[in-house]
Amino acid sequence: MTLTLDQSEPGQTTRTPKAKPRGGALDPFFEALCAASATMLLAALCGVLISRTIGGWPAFHKFGLKFFTVSSWNPVTEVYGAAGPIVGTLITSFLALLISLPVAFGVAVFLVEFCPSFLRRTIGTAVELLAGIPSIVYGMWGLFVLAPWFALHVQLPLLLAAKPGSLLEKLTTGIPNGANILTASIILAIMILPFMAAVLRDLLMTIPSQVRESAYGLGGNTVEVILSVSLPYIKRSAVGAIMLGLGRALGETMAVTFIIGNSHAFPKNLFDSGSTIASTIANEFNEATTEMHTSSLIALGLVLFMITFAVLAIARALLGRPKVA
Amino acid sequence: MFKTFAIALIATAAAGLGAQAMAADISGAGATFPAPIYARWAETYKAATKNGLNYQPIGSGGGIKQIEAKTVDFGASDKPLKPADLAANGLMQFPMVMGGVVPVMNLPGVKPGQVKLTGPVLAQIFIGDIKTWGDPRIASLNPGVKLPNLPITVVYRSDGSGTSFVFTTFLANNSPAWAQRVGANDTVEWPTGLGGKGNDGVAAFTKQTIGSIGYVEYAFAKQNNLTYANMKNKAGQFVAPTAAAFSAAAVSADWSKAPGNYLLLLDQPGAGSWPITAATFILMQTKQDKPANGKEALAFFDWAYKNGDAAAQQLDYVPMPAPVKAMMRKQWAAQIKGADGKAVYAAK
Repeated sequence: MTLTLDQSEPGQTTRTPKAKPRGGALDPFFEALCAASATMLLAALCGVLISRTIGGWPAFHKFGLKFFTVSSWNPVTEVYGAAGPIVGTLITSFLALLISLPVAFGVAVFLVEFCPSFLRRTIGTAVELLAGIPSIVYGMWGLFVLAPWFALHVQLPLLLAAKPGSLLEKLTTGIPNGANILTASIILAIMILPFMAAVLRDLLMTIPSQVRESAYGLGGNTVEVILSVSLPYIKRSAVGAIMLGLGRALGETMAVTFIIGNSHAFPKNLFDSGSTIASTIANEFNEATTEMHTSSLIALGLVLFMITFAVLAIARALLGRPKVA
Repeated sequence: MFKTFAIALIATAAAGLGAQAMAADISGAGATFPAPIYARWAETYKAATKNGLNYQPIGSGGGIKQIEAKTVDFGASDKPLKPADLAANGLMQFPMVMGGVVPVMNLPGVKPGQVKLTGPVLAQIFIGDIKTWGDPRIASLNPGVKLPNLPITVVYRSDGSGTSFVFTTFLANNSPAWAQRVGANDTVEWPTGLGGKGNDGVAAFTKQTIGSIGYVEYAFAKQNNLTYANMKNKAGQFVAPTAAAFSAAAVSADWSKAPGNYLLLLDQPGAGSWPITAATFILMQTKQDKPANGKEALAFFDWAYKNGDAAAQQLDYVPMPAPVKAMMRKQWAAQIKGADGKAVYAAK
C-alpha cells in the first residue's frame, strides 16, 4: 500500500463563489462528470458495506454477540469468536499512535522552526521516501532485524530480572523471540510516522508568519510559541491528520502479519503473541473453504470497516466545521 | 506510454499469428506449494510446443472454488477432495508431484538428523504436553544424544496451507488426543506456540527462538539447511527426510485402492518411507464444456509426467512413480469427457 501525501490544508479550505465564466458551455458537462465521480465513490462504499454484511451474515447470525466476546477461533469445529483479533487491532493501532505522535510532532516542529534551510529539503524528502516504502519491506525488517534485537536486548533481560509471580513477570511473560504485540506496534508506529510528520509539517507551515512573529515579538521563547500559538492554531486539522494515521494503522496487514505472532488467543500482555483483524484475514482467506469460515472472515472485515468508520467519524466530530481563512 | 504498449501488443499478436493460429493459454489456479514447478514446466512447455499455461497460485481453497465455478481449466490443491465431494461437483483429481513435511528445530549443539522423534511424541509436543527438551519421553528415543533442557516453543504456519493440513492430519492419525482436541485442517486452533507466515516465517521464528520446533516443506528445509528431526515410520525405522524417502512412501502407497485418488501418503509401509509425505493434486471437470481446453490441459500434464521429472527434482519436488503415472493416464481417458460423451484424452 503506497501512500500519497496529503498536501491540502484542511484548516484553510476556501470556497470561491460562482462567477460567470468565459466559455461556460462546457461547464454543465464538467459538473456532471465530477458529480458522477462523487456518486461512484459513494456507490462503491455502499456496495462494500452491503456485500460485507451479506457475506458476513451467516457468521453474525450463528454466533451473535459471541462473535465479539469469545476468543476461540477454531476452523476445525467451526466456532469463531473474534475477541482476540479485535482487541489486537485496537491495542496495536493505539500503541503505534502513542509512540509515533510525539516523534512526528518533533520532526514537524524541527522542520518548520529550527531546521537550516539546506537540510529542510533533504529531511523532507527522506520523510516522503519513508512513506513510500511498501509495507512488506517493513514487515521483513521487523521479522529479521527488529524481532531478534528486541528479543535479545529487551525481552530476555526483563524475563531474567522478573521474579516468579511478580507483576513484572506477569507483564513480560511471552516467548522471547520478539514476535509480539509490542514489536508489531513499533513497526506500525514507524510506518505511520512519515505520513503524520508530513501532514503536521504542512499544517505548521500554514500558520501565517505574522502570527508567529508577533508571538515572538511579545517575548515568547520557542517552546511557548509552539505550545500556546502554533499548536492551538493547527489543533483541529492536526486531529484529522492523526486520525488518518490511526486509520492506516488499523488496516495495515502485511507488516503486522509478519511480526505479531499470529495467535488468535486473547493476548495476556504486550509481550504476548496476538493477531489483528487484517492479519487474520490475510492469513486465512486464501484457504478458507467452508462457508462459515469464509463468512466469519468477511464479518471480521465488516468489523474493521466499522472501527475505521468510527475513528473517522470521531475525527470529523473533533474537527468540527473547518475555519474559513 | 499507451502507444508503445499498443504497438507491442500488435507486434506480439502478429508474431503469434505468424507462427500458428493463436491458442488460448491453459488456465489454472490453486495451491501455492507446487507453483514454482508448475511455472518451470509451463516455461519449458511453451518453448517446446508454443502453448502457454497461466497458473495463478491463489491457494488450495481458491483453486477448489475456481474449478467448481468452471472459471479455470484446472484447479490445484494440496488437500485432496473426498470422493463424495468430487462426485457432487463433477470433478476428478490426480496427483501431480510430491513433497514432504519436515519437523525443524533450533537446539544449540544438535545437528540435523541427530534427534529422533515419533508421531505420538511429536503430537504431545505440539499439543503442549511435553514442555521441555529434557522430557523423558524425548530422551528415551534419543539415547546418547545430549539434549539441552530448554523449554519448547512450538512454531506453526499462521496462513492456511496444505502443509498444515498434511502435518495436522499426521498428528491426528498418531494421537487420539490431537484428533479430539485440535483436529486436522489447513488452519487449526493451535494449543500452544506462535505462528509465522509462510515457510519463511516459520523458518525465521524457528531460527530466532532457541528451543523451538516447527514444520516446513522439505524443499524449504533443504535449501535453508535447517536442523531437521528423523522420524519413525510405520515399519519402525527412523528415517531422514530425503527425496528417496518420499519416493519410497509413494511407491509403497496403493493408489489403485484409493477411490477418487483420495490418498494421503502419511505413515506408508516400507522400511525407507518418510511418514509425512504428501502429493499435490490437480482437479478437473469430468464433463468438459470446452473439450478443446481440457485436451490442451491434459496434453500439458501428459507432457509434464513424461518430461518434467528432472526439473521437479532440481526444485526438490519428488516425481510420481511411473506406475502411478500410467494409472492416471488411464483414468484421464476413462473419466474426462466432452459434452458429447467422447473421451478428451486418448490413452497411448
